[in-house]
Amino acid sequence: MSGVDAQQAEVEGHLSGRRLPRWSTPALAGGALLVGLIVQLTGWTVVGLAPGVVAAIVFLLGQAITSLAIEGRRHSKDRIATTLIYATFVVALTPLLWILITVLVKGLSVFDWTFFTSTMRNVSPRQPGGGILHAFLGTLEQVGIATLVSVPVGLLAAIYLVEFGKGRLKFWISFFVDVMTGVPSIVAGLFIYTALILTGVLQQSGFAAALALCILMIPVVIRSSEEMLKIVPNDLREAALALGVPKWKVILRIVVPTAISGLITGAMLAVARVAGETAPLLLTTFLAQDINLNAFNGSQTSLPTFIWDQISRGTTSSVNRAWGAALALILFVLIIYAAARILAARFTPKSR
Amino acid sequence: MSKQIDINDLNIYYGNFLAVEGVNLTVRANSVMSFIGPSGCGKSTVLRCINRMHEVVPGARAEGSVRLDGENIYGPNVDPVLVRRTIGMVFQRPNPFPTMSIYDNVVAGLRLEKTKGDKRNLDEVVESSLRGANLWEEVKDRLKKPGAGLSGGQQQRLCIARAIAVEPKVLLMDEPCSALDPISTLAIEDLIRELRERYTIIIVTHNMQQASRVSDMTAFFNLAAVGKPGKLIEVGPTQQIFTNPQEKQTEDYISGRFG
Repeated sequence: MSGVDAQQAEVEGHLSGRRLPRWSTPALAGGALLVGLIVQLTGWTVVGLAPGVVAAIVFLLGQAITSLAIEGRRHSKDRIATTLIYATFVVALTPLLWILITVLVKGLSVFDWTFFTSTMRNVSPRQPGGGILHAFLGTLEQVGIATLVSVPVGLLAAIYLVEFGKGRLKFWISFFVDVMTGVPSIVAGLFIYTALILTGVLQQSGFAAALALCILMIPVVIRSSEEMLKIVPNDLREAALALGVPKWKVILRIVVPTAISGLITGAMLAVARVAGETAPLLLTTFLAQDINLNAFNGSQTSLPTFIWDQISRGTTSSVNRAWGAALALILFVLIIYAAARILAARFTPKSR
Repeated sequence: MSKQIDINDLNIYYGNFLAVEGVNLTVRANSVMSFIGPSGCGKSTVLRCINRMHEVVPGARAEGSVRLDGENIYGPNVDPVLVRRTIGMVFQRPNPFPTMSIYDNVVAGLRLEKTKGDKRNLDEVVESSLRGANLWEEVKDRLKKPGAGLSGGQQQRLCIARAIAVEPKVLLMDEPCSALDPISTLAIEDLIRELRERYTIIIVTHNMQQASRVSDMTAFFNLAAVGKPGKLIEVGPTQQIFTNPQEKQTEDYISGRFG
């Protein structure tokens, strides 16, 4: 190590200069945490900042200054940027972990066998017990119907856009898909409510709820499928066409199988996205306390509306049930994500 | 079995841009013709017009006629799918289907289009096509393995096997060796000389030694300037094009004095 800092070394044409030792970062972090702890214990308020924020600022400044003195400007700036990026990462992750831990702690307290196998029939809000079976079945049915409608429609639309569409029609379809992606979920519910329920075409039912979910799901499926079909190399389409294979067969037997893992992932992510929707369901299917497997007749509770219902009742047992249902919903979505990853890995074209 | 190709007054467009102008050319049955010329002169474009692959590009179209033993493939009731089944193509980059095994790749054309009423045993087709492409000995023990696991040269021979499995009359090759090493290139050139017995072959190449090694006839394309249409400058026996060209442009190009 030469006697000059890295900045000076650069000017003088050396390849090495002074650097901070490796232990400097943990040492500074420890010092900064100590300062934070002192602020916490003594109750000093540094212009009203929380102890954690004080520690972060001390760390950032301490590192910037020591680095500037020993390593030079470029390394100092590098360390500031690195610290800020890690800090934003922590800021972004904190609420996420917080939510997850809260839901886990509160939800696990009501998890037992009856919670998954019983319904809210004859259970008053104040009573403990009861379960989510009816809500879980409702979610399965509504999301299931929505998926059965949305995935074929979305996939066909994506195939049209990628393989056939041109000119004005393609532009407008693409445009409205973009617009639909941004539709607030309550508007989807409101639309089904006014267009189909108020006019008497449907009554409030699981099917009406599934249709509202379709409005949210179809654009998501179209967009993800479109991206997946686009990355299928054109070489493959041309190779198949040059063998004298008709275009529809090229799409069905070459393009879709090549993209299948991405298509599955996209569809599953769309499922996971709508599984947590509440607003469109409240308007279209309202609530029930017991199992209703008939999606075309009468109210049907789902996990999100169950949570909403239990919270609004405000008793200790009902709020606990809401936390339990929230945890169950998160697990449900997590299982769908995991299934998507496993299926996608299985269908990825292999080279060995 | 193989067929003759006659191209008459072929003009090729991308949208409103005239890419290639006024091509007149005859390729005899059971012969190998190579297309040579600088990049952008339209060799590949002309090649793709011969099995109607040109029109797959949005906005692309062709005027004039391409006759296969007298039948115009641009005639009013011609089905491009049938044209492509008769006139096969091998591309610049090897493009085996990634979802399929070696076996499935070879029979892809037959499996996906059974309207021929083809009752041939698929196993036999696979063996004869892979033998025809000089690949059988290398892959016979791993036919069920993915085609994408082969080396670049093997993949290209797999693509040739796939193309000849549907028994075309004509084989078009668009720079089939440009992505391959010299040893694989040699294997493909040997193969072209063998395939000549059964097919009419047209090959686009940037490698003039390759053109002189494998082809009976050579066609030289050139373009006056960027943005101008490409034209067929000269066509003749390969020997003559490389030793005694009639046009000055051809002579400049093959001797390395261009521009």
